[in-house]
Amino acid sequence: MNEKLLDIKNLTIHYITDDGVVKAVNGIDIELNKGETLGLVGETGAGKTTTALGIMRLVPNPPGKILSGEITFEGKDLLKLPEGEMRKIRGNKISMIFQDPMTSLNPVMTVGEQLAEVIQIHEGLSNEEAIEKAKKMLEMVGIPGERHTDYPHQFSGGMKQRVVIAIALACNPQLLIADEPTTALDVTIQAQVLDLMKRLKEEFNTAMILITHDLGVVAEVCDKVAIMYAGEIVESASLEDLFEKPKHPYTLGLFGSIPNLEEEVERLNPIKGLMPDPTNLPSGCPFHPRCPKAKDICKIQVPKTTDLGNGHKVRCLIYEGLVEA
Amino acid sequence: MANVANLQTADVKKTKKRSMWVEVARRMAKNKMAMVGLGIIVVLVLLALFADVIAPYEEVVIKQNLSMRLKGPSAEHWLGTDEFGRDIFARIIHGARVSLKVGIVAVGISIFIGGSLGAIAAYYGGKVDNLIMRFMDILLAVPSILLAIAIVSALGSSLFNLMLAIGISSVPSYARIVRASVLSIKDQEFIEAARAIGANDFIIITRHIIPNALAPVIVQGTLGVAGAILSTAGLSFIGLGIQPPAPEWGSMLAGGRAYLREAWHVTTFPGLVIMITILALNLLGDGLRDALDPKLKQ
Amino acid sequence: MRKYITRRLLMLIPVILGVTFIVFSIMYMTPGDPAQMILGESAPESAVKALREKMGLNDPFIVQYGRFVKNAIMGDFGRSYATKKEVFAEIFARFPATLQLASVGVLVAVLIGVPVGIISATKQYSLFDSVAMLLALLGVSMPNFWQGLMYILLFSVTLGWLPSGGYGSFKHFILPALTLGTSTAAVIARMTRSSMLEVIRQDYIRTARAKGVEEKKVILKHALKNALIPIITVVGLQFGHLLGGAVLTETVYSWPGIGRLLVDAIKQKDTPMVQATVVFIAVTFSIVNLAVDILYAYVDPRIKSQYK
Repeated sequence: MNEKLLDIKNLTIHYITDDGVVKAVNGIDIELNKGETLGLVGETGAGKTTTALGIMRLVPNPPGKILSGEITFEGKDLLKLPEGEMRKIRGNKISMIFQDPMTSLNPVMTVGEQLAEVIQIHEGLSNEEAIEKAKKMLEMVGIPGERHTDYPHQFSGGMKQRVVIAIALACNPQLLIADEPTTALDVTIQAQVLDLMKRLKEEFNTAMILITHDLGVVAEVCDKVAIMYAGEIVESASLEDLFEKPKHPYTLGLFGSIPNLEEEVERLNPIKGLMPDPTNLPSGCPFHPRCPKAKDICKIQVPKTTDLGNGHKVRCLIYEGLVEA
Repeated sequence: MANVANLQTADVKKTKKRSMWVEVARRMAKNKMAMVGLGIIVVLVLLALFADVIAPYEEVVIKQNLSMRLKGPSAEHWLGTDEFGRDIFARIIHGARVSLKVGIVAVGISIFIGGSLGAIAAYYGGKVDNLIMRFMDILLAVPSILLAIAIVSALGSSLFNLMLAIGISSVPSYARIVRASVLSIKDQEFIEAARAIGANDFIIITRHIIPNALAPVIVQGTLGVAGAILSTAGLSFIGLGIQPPAPEWGSMLAGGRAYLREAWHVTTFPGLVIMITILALNLLGDGLRDALDPKLKQ
Repeated sequence: MRKYITRRLLMLIPVILGVTFIVFSIMYMTPGDPAQMILGESAPESAVKALREKMGLNDPFIVQYGRFVKNAIMGDFGRSYATKKEVFAEIFARFPATLQLASVGVLVAVLIGVPVGIISATKQYSLFDSVAMLLALLGVSMPNFWQGLMYILLFSVTLGWLPSGGYGSFKHFILPALTLGTSTAAVIARMTRSSMLEVIRQDYIRTARAKGVEEKKVILKHALKNALIPIITVVGLQFGHLLGGAVLTETVYSWPGIGRLLVDAIKQKDTPMVQATVVFIAVTFSIVNLAVDILYAYVDPRIKSQYK
């Protein structure tokens, strides 16, 4: 069970634009075992989606560029694979669910065609067999198989996301990357889609990276959590450790900004300020301008990763003993 | 209270608008191709403005000199002479006057008529909208060059009639553009606010709606000047536009057509000038579109 | 769908009525006396007067227009003042020349313009893209009639390969088709490029890539079909315009098409001819537009569902 599936080391991705270099992902490490679920949490613009696209090697180039790092998947470095090999992995061993189901399906192809396509590419089935399997996949996500001849505009948002999930899981991938799969959906539909993903993932024993800004969703689905801020992973730990013993001031801030049902609180404590401009990141610790515990040294010294044991890692000068907690 | 609020929104709008135009100018300045286009147009406008200084109209542009007819380019006549021995370069720069004037006035007419009709259609909606837009559909069912030909032949081919004909023939496209952009803004809150403080329809349309529908009209207008210049040249080419001996690029082409065999330069140079002018306007129009609609550029 | 087409065809009726009204008014205002024209310059005053009376030219405008519409509904658009022939006989004699030229011109344009636009979009900012778009820009900036003259200068006068004008053999066909084809290709290439660029950025293209679809298929299967609507629109518009007579190109090459027929009729104040030609052009143009709208439905299922 504890077999390593994905090991990302020092991944750095920048976008080179006319208005400057957008430092989207800055040297992140991620480890994931087979069947495990990692929650990748952060505000909009923290670099979560870029990380996901990086793993798929789908960062739009230009302007995006993967500058350094290794992405070891099943023992092979994805960044060194030829494009043709990478294509065999996409949709087959690693698939991705995108944020907005409204725009992620091709409007001029039937959902059946779009599903059958991925099956045909990776499993070498005939047209009829692929359509048959596509129908089965639709049934599995709770859509009547005969609707395979319908076009995306004939489905609701939640149904479309089910189709996207069916496409992603059609070839029984080892790793599923879900980029805010429920953000664009109604609250009631969100729960249904999340349940569906959880069920299917367990059924297929798929590992998953769930990108979200919703800690509630993380608590429900994930085994591990990584908190991202300004292109860095500032804290990562098992679900229990992170929820019970959060360490990084940013993580603490995130918990302070959600309502707690058990405690009586006067008002929520949102984190002050805004995400820094990724073309012009602050010196030292990128979180220092918003950090309630920041000292002068935080402006100068870049924090290293401190291992607190049991896989709990944090990047903050407090845990290097340089700043008082 | 209402006055204070009004003052504030007005202020906010003004600064917002100013910075928008500054931003557009900044983006334009970065676009090399658009700047090339602008440069060409500036040169052309200067040549047209000082045409009389460079080459006197009566003596050089109109007066025939049969001993000099169909001479190739030389130091004296840079672009050669035409079938009546007149200097082609001089006729081209005087022709620029005509073309630019017709281009700008014709587009002005289209924008004024088309823009008003489009704005009225969108603003009032319902029956008025239906009536105006169906009328535009009828005009659109006839290719605009043919419409222009018909109008010019009815009115007679004077400079003003030419402008009018070309202007009217492209009224529908401006009506559509303005209607679409007015429809997209007329329900926005600042219009409601203006209405709430008692502005009447005329004020709302002229002060609020038209300025906000301006961007697509400017782009279309720039490209429209190019189209109008082409139409002028085309109409003159078939003998329905500017009448000889007045210098016009299209009629220069028509005049030289019979001498293609002996004197290639008579048809080549005026055509090149038309092409460069249209090219410059297209570059400028494309640049303006990109600058006004940053969404389109990544 | 059938209902939609019927409704669109019915909508043609007011458009055509409107067109005739506008053209009739324009011709009414045009100076010149048809009766004088029919009888010739030297005809006696009294004969002209009698003919005017007989033709109803002294009736008020609205009566004349009403009579025209009534006859037109019966299928009688009258005879040409100039040739004395039935106007539609004349139009149908000329139309094949225009149709041939428009069809081949648009075919050439699509075969060049669409592939160039696709390659330019997929290789944005490459050398190919820069060169192709510069040429396309030159193409849309060049006046058609001047382009025609330059081709004649090169291929007829200098090289002597092709005739400089006229109608009949295949050789007569090449230069006019080339003239219309290249300038239309430029318009189509520009539109294809910008439409493809827009589509390539869409999320569903990313989805296709995430499925492991080959890049070639991503472009030709997933992107192109979505980019097709604006492309079809310009192709249709260009074709419609060419069917309405590429007046200037026809003039340059002495091509006996609809466009020249109309211009000659206007110059001669041949009102019945002008009326019929303009109605004919408006109808062809509207039918091409309708065909384009129907084509939309086959390309985009979302549009199809609106056509009920």
